Amino acid sequence: MHPADCLIVRALRDTLQLTSLPMREWDLLIRQGRKAGLLARLHWQWTQSGQIKQVPEAALAHLQSARIIADKQALAVRWEVSQIRTTLLSIGVPLTLLKGAAYGLSGLAAGRGRVFSDVDMLVPKTHIALVEAALKMRGWVATQHDAYDQHYYRNWMHEIPPLVHLKRLTVIDVHHAILPETARMKPDPALLLDAVRAIPGESGLFTLAPSDMVLHSASHLFCGEFEHGLRDLSDIDLLLREFSTTAGFWDELVPRARQLDLMRPLYYALHWATRLFATPIPTNVLNAIDTCGRPLAPVKQFMDILLKRALAPDHVSCHDALSATARMLLYTRAHWLRMPPHLLAYHLAHKALFPPRAAEN
Amino acid sequence: MIVTDYPFEKIRRKLAGAGLYLNIGGFVSHIRSDIDLVAEGIYQLYAGAPILDADCFADFHIALKRPTNHRRWLKPQVLFSFDDFVPFKPLPYAQAFALLEWGLNWCISTHAQQFLIIHAAAVEKSGFTAILPAPPGSGKSTLTAGLVSRGWRLLSDELTLITQAGMIQPIARPISLKNRSIEVIRDFAPDAFIGKVVTDTIKGTVAHMRAPADSVARVMEPAAPGWIIFPKFVADAPARLESAERSYAFIELAENAFNYSLQGTEGFLRLGNLIDCTEAHHFSYGNLEEAVAMFDQLARSKLNASS
Repeated sequence: MHPADCLIVRALRDTLQLTSLPMREWDLLIRQGRKAGLLARLHWQWTQSGQIKQVPEAALAHLQSARIIADKQALAVRWEVSQIRTTLLSIGVPLTLLKGAAYGLSGLAAGRGRVFSDVDMLVPKTHIALVEAALKMRGWVATQHDAYDQHYYRNWMHEIPPLVHLKRLTVIDVHHAILPETARMKPDPALLLDAVRAIPGESGLFTLAPSDMVLHSASHLFCGEFEHGLRDLSDIDLLLREFSTTAGFWDELVPRARQLDLMRPLYYALHWATRLFATPIPTNVLNAIDTCGRPLAPVKQFMDILLKRALAPDHVSCHDALSATARMLLYTRAHWLRMPPHLLAYHLAHKALFPPRAAEN
Repeated sequence: MIVTDYPFEKIRRKLAGAGLYLNIGGFVSHIRSDIDLVAEGIYQLYAGAPILDADCFADFHIALKRPTNHRRWLKPQVLFSFDDFVPFKPLPYAQAFALLEWGLNWCISTHAQQFLIIHAAAVEKSGFTAILPAPPGSGKSTLTAGLVSRGWRLLSDELTLITQAGMIQPIARPISLKNRSIEVIRDFAPDAFIGKVVTDTIKGTVAHMRAPADSVARVMEPAAPGWIIFPKFVADAPARLESAERSYAFIELAENAFNYSLQGTEGFLRLGNLIDCTEAHHFSYGNLEEAVAMFDQLARSKLNASS
């Protein structure tokens, strides 16, 4: 099934006739939404629009249940960020939040009803050791104890091994770039850090600039794995809608993508957001990204085959014979984009010869 | 239509095929399993559960299957899945029905956050509910089984669901009896139906007692809270009821709630309202007859006080 036809996508795009939806389809809608981590967002969207009154009681219970969890997570993230901010203030490093935490703390629509798994932050690479030491003094500890994994993160990745808080068990990812150092595309983190914006009313807290937020989300999704693919694309849809009224946003987006070497991910993000969520994007922006970001026709066709499967909810009602293969190929592609062939071969050989022991992670 | 309106063979085939849509304690569960122990357990222990047609909305889509691995032939196991998500490791095959019960508890406690969910039993008489929170081994399930065998309505044996309106939402699922309490209940209530006894589970020896038919039939009727009673089994001791501090009851319930912190302010308010409209007691007993008599007396005095 094309993801645009999945019930959860139609619901978010607001093309479902709620009053005449059969119970069987409500059932599937909730299941797809649960798998995609989008039930709380749907609850929020329908509460805003007033459509929540049209939801039958049985389905509403599941939307409410998801919303309660998401609201609690949002509160927990706020608390976690306040703790990290205090720690970073003590060493004079500003805290730049990425992704969910950034959306949540700056009150963007993309943060409402969003499910979080960790707090992502960006600091200059020169400050990484200092930041890590300061966080460790305040109760966050390393998660990867294997010497090879440490090497993998510290030499090749764009982040240090995730830190987990001893008492709260919350996870934070400290990044110094938005793509691995070994990746094919090389967005310069200095450009991102130069353009950060203070979150109004939150001293010491910053987010990426609006266009950079979109570009980061796009690069994370389309250079990475598709575990939360649909949720991430929905984030992009909400960011684009919200920023479309920000002066200069559309004019800067494509030039900024060129500057950061992220034309291809932006191309996929804009086109797939339009296809699935009918995101209103100015034609000249689409034309501009087509000129510099569109892959060759055979590549585009092949990627369409993969993406239309990986962007659907990972639910049995959306699967077809190629779904599993498509996800596997995109997973392989993500690794291919992350590392040059010789490193990738070395990395995979190491993982095959010394499989990680479950107890260690 | 309820389960026993159909012959066993038909239920077994439905479970092994497209699955059975059952109203289990107010939650519609779509269950698929080709395991006979599951079919037997459902037929016996959910005898009065309403069957719904496949076009309905199901709260939980669950399956109990044999995992496809080498152990299939040597030491068969059973795997629980929730819409293809597998939350626990497989268990020995003999524990298939117990795994269904534990799986259903997991479904409710993870996907029904709209309720304040307390790890407690709940029984109702004359319109008032006794909530019995207690650690395992305190005799909570034995007391619950005893009370519902003598006219109390079973709301829940394991999970007490508090609605936003402050009422208790019944579940009326089988009561899980452990170890010696199986024999105690067989002696105390010879008419009660107790299913297969399974040994060596993580909780010891386990058997399930069928919920009374009346409790199952009234599963859609929420009940008002009356008491919070902390039971404790003390061998050979006389039944003793002693009032408990409200602050103690509040803290104990909060600690026994699965989602008190998750619900945030709402959880605090809901629990506060519950404490405000109930009496709290410690209750120790060594004899089930005496315990039931004391509960009956409690219900009578509440009824007199309110009339």
